[in-house]
Amino acid sequence: MSRAEDHSTTLDRMTADHNVNSDSSTPPALIVSHFVQEPAPGTPQAPPPEPSEIRRFLSQRGSGAFADNSFAGVILLCACSIFAIVIFIAAILIKSSHLSIAQFGLKFFSTSDWDPVSGQFGALPFIFGTLATSFLALLIAVPLALGVAVFISELCPRPLRAPISFLTELLAAIPSVVYGLWAVFVLVPLMRDQLGPFLVKYFGWTHLFEGANFGVGLLTAGIILAIMILPIISSITRDIMLSVPNHQREAVLALGATRWEMIRTGVLRNARIGIVGAVILGLGRALGETMAVTMVIGNHAEIAHSLFAPGNTLASVIANEFSEATGDLYLSSLIEIGLALFLVTIIVNAIARLLVWAVTRGAPARVS
Amino acid sequence: MGVGIQVQDLNAWYGSTHTLQDINLHIPANHATALIGPSGCGKSTFVRCLNRMHETNPIARATGVVKMGELDIYKDASPVEIRRRIGMVFQRPNPFPTMSIYDNVASGLKLNGFRNRRIIDETVERSLKQAALWEEVKDDLKKKSGASLSGGQQQRMCIARALAVDPEVLLMDEPASALDPVSTSKIEDLIFQLKSQYTIVIVTHNMQQAARVAENTGFFLNGKMVEFDSTHKIFTNPRDKRTEDYITGRFG
Repeated sequence: MSRAEDHSTTLDRMTADHNVNSDSSTPPALIVSHFVQEPAPGTPQAPPPEPSEIRRFLSQRGSGAFADNSFAGVILLCACSIFAIVIFIAAILIKSSHLSIAQFGLKFFSTSDWDPVSGQFGALPFIFGTLATSFLALLIAVPLALGVAVFISELCPRPLRAPISFLTELLAAIPSVVYGLWAVFVLVPLMRDQLGPFLVKYFGWTHLFEGANFGVGLLTAGIILAIMILPIISSITRDIMLSVPNHQREAVLALGATRWEMIRTGVLRNARIGIVGAVILGLGRALGETMAVTMVIGNHAEIAHSLFAPGNTLASVIANEFSEATGDLYLSSLIEIGLALFLVTIIVNAIARLLVWAVTRGAPARVS
Repeated sequence: MGVGIQVQDLNAWYGSTHTLQDINLHIPANHATALIGPSGCGKSTFVRCLNRMHETNPIARATGVVKMGELDIYKDASPVEIRRRIGMVFQRPNPFPTMSIYDNVASGLKLNGFRNRRIIDETVERSLKQAALWEEVKDDLKKKSGASLSGGQQQRMCIARALAVDPEVLLMDEPASALDPVSTSKIEDLIFQLKSQYTIVIVTHNMQQAARVAENTGFFLNGKMVEFDSTHKIFTNPRDKRTEDYITGRFG
């Protein structure tokens, strides 16, 4: 018996069974499925003798191993270039600062004298200034940026979403020297005449706002940094929040959540890793930001407990003094400041990443 | 105990699409009610109107009267209050991926500010038992993420999550359509057991499923409810020709 005949017999039997079923007087309890009724098979068509154009084309294509491997090689090269650049920069910094490394050793990072005249160089005030201004900037910018992102992604009426996003991103495109100018002409007087006295009056008890207030100093630098890192943090956070699937929002709402509870549980909680990533990116920018900070920080190498006190950051001291550095030791010390900035950035990033890891251990961030 | 739902002249729109037209329906308390119909016929929109999830979409709107017991859910209460009393299970399992199994099930309670640890512990255990998941997860309640479970387990966890806030009504929007037959039958058993305590509304594409779990069945077509009757009647002796065509598989 050939296959075609066999098939037709089965089909006949199935059709026959089916007919018996539907002819029976009482209707079946549940009619839900039918056998698909095919037309009775006629003469079976012969398979096409020639392989089709598509099959022939595909069979000639080969294994693709060469293309695959060479692609992998090129990509690997790109990835390695990152390592090469980092190592190259570190090597040059270390090589060019060997004079000061030999002279001061590790004490360079722990002493606070910066006296080019007597040849004493210590980076501690600048490390302090960099960390203090960056920390201040995060303190101001993160809540603000989260607020902006939550508003754009969750609360904002749709037509307003694009303009507001565009404005936030526009902030990121302004060159830092323009921020510096704006700070010098607007923020510094504001700080000196209004904000400063206000802070002294209401927050004087914290002892953070003491001494003469000239309008320039750590706090002013922190504020201008906050404004500069706000767009990067808020736009990345917004993108991450928009990528949280809608079913997570619905799941929380269906449990009887208010809008804020939905945002907290359904959106922020799922987006937290990405938000920390955005904050780290913002922090990276704050640590290395040079121009605007140099213009408003007061450029004075000391560690003060008051936020009004003028200070200096690793980046701003290089910008300020590089052109006037006389003597090999002075120059070499400034380059070691660059090395210090490099290390501070790496260490702060490492700590931030460790923090993320510690917080999320055991609870994956994957949003299905 | 559950509570019945009375729907009068319910109309719903997505943008300019009129997705539900003049729905009138009584869903009896402590019974399972199935809604069947081809894709896009409005059954999901209908259940989303019952707990006011429909209006979370900015372009959606609805008119009409939906009464839960004596409470007019569109007039007498806020959506938040309604959703605390009407639980919902979605088509795709939607566990909270950053939470453990325990926290997932307890999320409704914690969200609403319930703080009594002992009662939360008991509730998590009771809900997981009701959802027939307790035996499978009791050893790593707080260790495993809700997203690490299999699809069927996730869906049962979502059912447990909905039950944990002790709702009076449970809406299920194709709860088994993304699951394999074994998980599906577990969820059907579950519905069968739960319906003595809750009012259950289940949307399904699977007509055997409707026949197995529900006392009453409504047939939706193109945004209208064509027929609503006891499940037995719908499947053996439907009044409307379109219902008969659908359940015998002649279209849809």
